[in-house]
Amino acid sequence: MIEPIFLLEAALNGLLLGGVLALLALGLNLIFGVLDVVWIVYVDLVMMCMYLVYFLVTGSGWPFWLAGLAGIGGGVVLGCAVHLLIITPILTSAPINQLLATGGLLFFLQAFATFLWTTDHRSVRLNLPIIEVGGIFLSFGRLIAFALSILAMLGLYLFLTRTFMGTAIRAVAQDRDAMRLMGANPQRVYIVTSAVGGAMAGLAAALLLLQYSVHPHFGASFGPLTFMICVLGGLGNMVGAFVASFIMSEIISVSGVIWSVEMGYVIAFVVFIVMMFAKPGGILARRQ
Amino acid sequence: MLEIADVTAGYGQFTALWDVSLRVTAGEAVAVVGPNGAGKTTLMRVISGLVVPRAGTLAFEGASLTGTPAHEIVAHGIAHVPEGRRIFPALSVADNLKMGAFLPAARRAYRESLERVYTLFPVLAERQAQRAGSLSGGEQQMLAIGRALMSRPKLILLDEPSMGLAPVMVLRLFDLIRRVREEGYTILVVEQNVRQVLKLVDRAYLIEVGRIKMEGRADALAEQDFVRKAYVGL
Repeated sequence: MIEPIFLLEAALNGLLLGGVLALLALGLNLIFGVLDVVWIVYVDLVMMCMYLVYFLVTGSGWPFWLAGLAGIGGGVVLGCAVHLLIITPILTSAPINQLLATGGLLFFLQAFATFLWTTDHRSVRLNLPIIEVGGIFLSFGRLIAFALSILAMLGLYLFLTRTFMGTAIRAVAQDRDAMRLMGANPQRVYIVTSAVGGAMAGLAAALLLLQYSVHPHFGASFGPLTFMICVLGGLGNMVGAFVASFIMSEIISVSGVIWSVEMGYVIAFVVFIVMMFAKPGGILARRQ
Repeated sequence: MLEIADVTAGYGQFTALWDVSLRVTAGEAVAVVGPNGAGKTTLMRVISGLVVPRAGTLAFEGASLTGTPAHEIVAHGIAHVPEGRRIFPALSVADNLKMGAFLPAARRAYRESLERVYTLFPVLAERQAQRAGSLSGGEQQMLAIGRALMSRPKLILLDEPSMGLAPVMVLRLFDLIRRVREEGYTILVVEQNVRQVLKLVDRAYLIEVGRIKMEGRADALAEQDFVRKAYVGL
């Protein structure tokens, strides 16, 4: 029997992990919701930004926060580049082509990273403290990552609901031609959307580097999970993805303590498959 | 104000408009009437840039609009209320109106325009926080017109404003359009409800199978035997 305090600790760690997962899922979902394109390469863009932050900290001696900001900038550049170079030429072709094109970029980035930086696992080793509260141990890095993720998502929410451009992003997702009649150039709205999605990838990169090491196959460990969360929450549904992130992270974290980390993933994937039969439109879908 | 000369337009192999010429002067209300599939909606889409004409020219207040993309037309002062209303159903009423004022010039006058629209359509003020998709058909049409007014246009294109509305609502809507007109906007309206629309406008064009068949003063057109039999149902 496991002591309740370990379960509590696992639940808290799950909550903290869920924050960063939600950040990833919302970035991917934003782009899907507006452009109707799944950036299957999304977490590999995160991986590239992690390398950028890593080399700025360890190679150039930048303070972590500054390197993190550069990581966000790198994400914006990558996001715009993916949209302009890969998506724009095939925007009106079949969805499978867009999926394959971003999938091709995924393999390219993996090979590119392996070629340049080998398969070494690299971490920044910041020696962040571990905080103990009533017998529960939580890493400071995770707490920071969670807090900044929540803040970033709050910022995204305010951007999408309060500003003209944010509202236009939601409007273009509903009716592209009607938005042209309002005087908005859809291509401009798409670029802003891709830049925001890229910025979120860059921030997630910095926050993940606080807890994990980066390697060329980083995308393979978080990519499928992120995609699964988006589907579980209902593709394009921001609130659904947010809720689904915490469901998945709790399952992985708690069953990881009860059995093992591998078992945690097994259970998470089984829950996902069952939910796809029970609620194919996502957990928050009103009707099937 | 608006000059359309010899416009031919269509989709792919299909030609919907043949050599159409039309003119709207400032302060006028003009109707384009005709049966289903005559090319009325295509004509509106040509003016707002959603359909690029194969031949012919468009000019607005002396500036050529031929080949101007849709998102640049609004800045010239033309607002298109499209067929089927095309409001953003998942956005609130207030956010829909906000999108009407998307362009910088309109954005600067946002508060003032909003007040004008709410005065003209008080029901929109009552429902400003509601999802636009939950409005009734008539209210959605008011929202679509209000959204167009938010861009502070000079010319408003109305495409089938009465489509799908209950008869009582149609009468109310034409009253509202009359009030919009009195505010000083120039109006070009496409309508199948010929009897009502001819009471509203100064001049009208009759379009059939993609060609202008008749044009003239609205009252004179309404008296024509041909029009009365075919469209007014008298």
